[in-house]
Amino acid sequence: MMITTANREEVAIIREQDVVPLRNRVKDYGVKAGMSILNQTKLITATSELVRNLLKYGGGGKVIVEEVSNGREKGVRVTFTDNGPGIADIDLAMKDGYSTGKSLGLGLPGTKRLVNEFDIKTEMGVGTTVTIIKWKNG
Amino acid sequence: MERIPILKMGDFLLVTIQVDLYDQLAENLESDLINTINKHRSKGVLIDISAVSIIDSFMGRILGNIAVMAKILDAQTVVVGMQPAVAITLVELGLSLNGVISALNVEKGMDLLRAKMYNGGNEDQIDDDNDGQ
Amino acid sequence: MQNDILAGLKNYENKLNTIWTKNLLDKGSTDGATEEEESKEFTSLFLDALKNGATSENLNSSKFEKLYDLLAGISISRAKRGFSPRETAQYIILFKEAASSILSEIESDPAKLYTANLELNGIVDNLTIMTFESFMKGREDVIARQTDEISEISTPVIRVWDGVVALPIIGTLDSSRTQIVMENLLQQIVDTESSIAILDISGVPAVDSLVAQHLIKTVSATRLMGAECIISGIRPEIAQTVVHLGIDLTGIITKATLASALQTAFEMLQLTVVKRK
Repeated sequence: MMITTANREEVAIIREQDVVPLRNRVKDYGVKAGMSILNQTKLITATSELVRNLLKYGGGGKVIVEEVSNGREKGVRVTFTDNGPGIADIDLAMKDGYSTGKSLGLGLPGTKRLVNEFDIKTEMGVGTTVTIIKWKNG
Repeated sequence: MERIPILKMGDFLLVTIQVDLYDQLAENLESDLINTINKHRSKGVLIDISAVSIIDSFMGRILGNIAVMAKILDAQTVVVGMQPAVAITLVELGLSLNGVISALNVEKGMDLLRAKMYNGGNEDQIDDDNDGQ
Repeated sequence: MQNDILAGLKNYENKLNTIWTKNLLDKGSTDGATEEEESKEFTSLFLDALKNGATSENLNSSKFEKLYDLLAGISISRAKRGFSPRETAQYIILFKEAASSILSEIESDPAKLYTANLELNGIVDNLTIMTFESFMKGREDVIARQTDEISEISTPVIRVWDGVVALPIIGTLDSSRTQIVMENLLQQIVDTESSIAILDISGVPAVDSLVAQHLIKTVSATRLMGAECIISGIRPEIAQTVVHLGIDLTGIITKATLASALQTAFEMLQLTVVKRK
């Protein structure tokens, strides 16, 4: 499947105050892709979860928001990159109920259920990159 | 620092969240609310979230905390006006907000709080639109 | 490199059309007159392209553009008219056979004939692939449209009483259907300020663990909103499967019929229905 990007912007996330503007930007992209309120809400909630991880475990980082298309439908891709310590065991982190922080421990698997595509790459000592895509009707 | 206003209405407290929450704001609300319950010996808390467009796991946890903490201080918490999209997203996320009691709108929430006060907190009670007790 | 023999096929356009049409009719791969004009245009465009230097080495060039557009149109229209994939593939394969048979007539040198055929194959095989892609797209469009229609007509929310809404589910409950059901149900709960929702599953053919999970999700979402959800229409065989699969429905109010669900709703609302003397 070929995914093309129509529009793209990069947002630096350093403090918690950067979260609300980012959520609003992602929402704008969702609206532009023609998403229903429900899909917008899922996308923004997923963004909110992942940006918290970025701040809490990665010490901040950058987020790229893109308007994408797979030829059949439009969507929004959000990429979260941090230069934090990385995740030691991804399989474990993707299990329901696991967490190293004081959240409820359903961050990653719960977030994955809200979007259509979820990809995580991590390297110890280098950082973590999470990419999600939500399609218009996904 | 930004804070969410808490209104006192007799035995109850009313919180209307008009802005999108972020973590610090939600944490402030938790401590402010618990302190206010204690100060006024309130019997019930009504949190109106009809203007809130997203609730993620952190904010969900804060709502749950508030309900449990209030209960310890002998106050009932009712969350009212949750948007359908928010409810579906919370369920997909795997959060069922156990311990949090909901109502469709402020009016029904008030009825529910009153009913609970007279019923000693029977949680299976469903309020009646036309009840004239 | 352009093949002179293929380029020369333009002089046999009518003959090629005749053989192709005959082959199509023999195999039953056409519905006759409807397509005749398009087929003629296809032959003409194909031979023009060859004459103008279209080869198997420049399949993506603009020389093929008109031909591709026409073929895509024919394939999509065939998909919508209900042709089978075999018939649609044969449409283009029979064209190749017809062209090949003419080549054999006009060229006697085996080596040259071989090269010409190879080149013809290279070009037409690509067209076959395109035909398939377009055909599938045509079918997918039909399916997508039908799916939309089905989900629209199959999730009506009925206001059965003041404060009580019911939603009969007909057909299988998959995850995308569940989304639509949830959205409609919750929105109606808000709009009508109903504190009780009845989900009737008499029309759901089978309940497996996945369907049960969807039902549980719907109930959870309804409760988060502050309303109660009753599931009705549980047939004996569904009750059996649910238990055999070890699905836990204990947190959910279940009733055998819509009538008894409504009765339960009345009790919750402290209403009684009495017969007038």
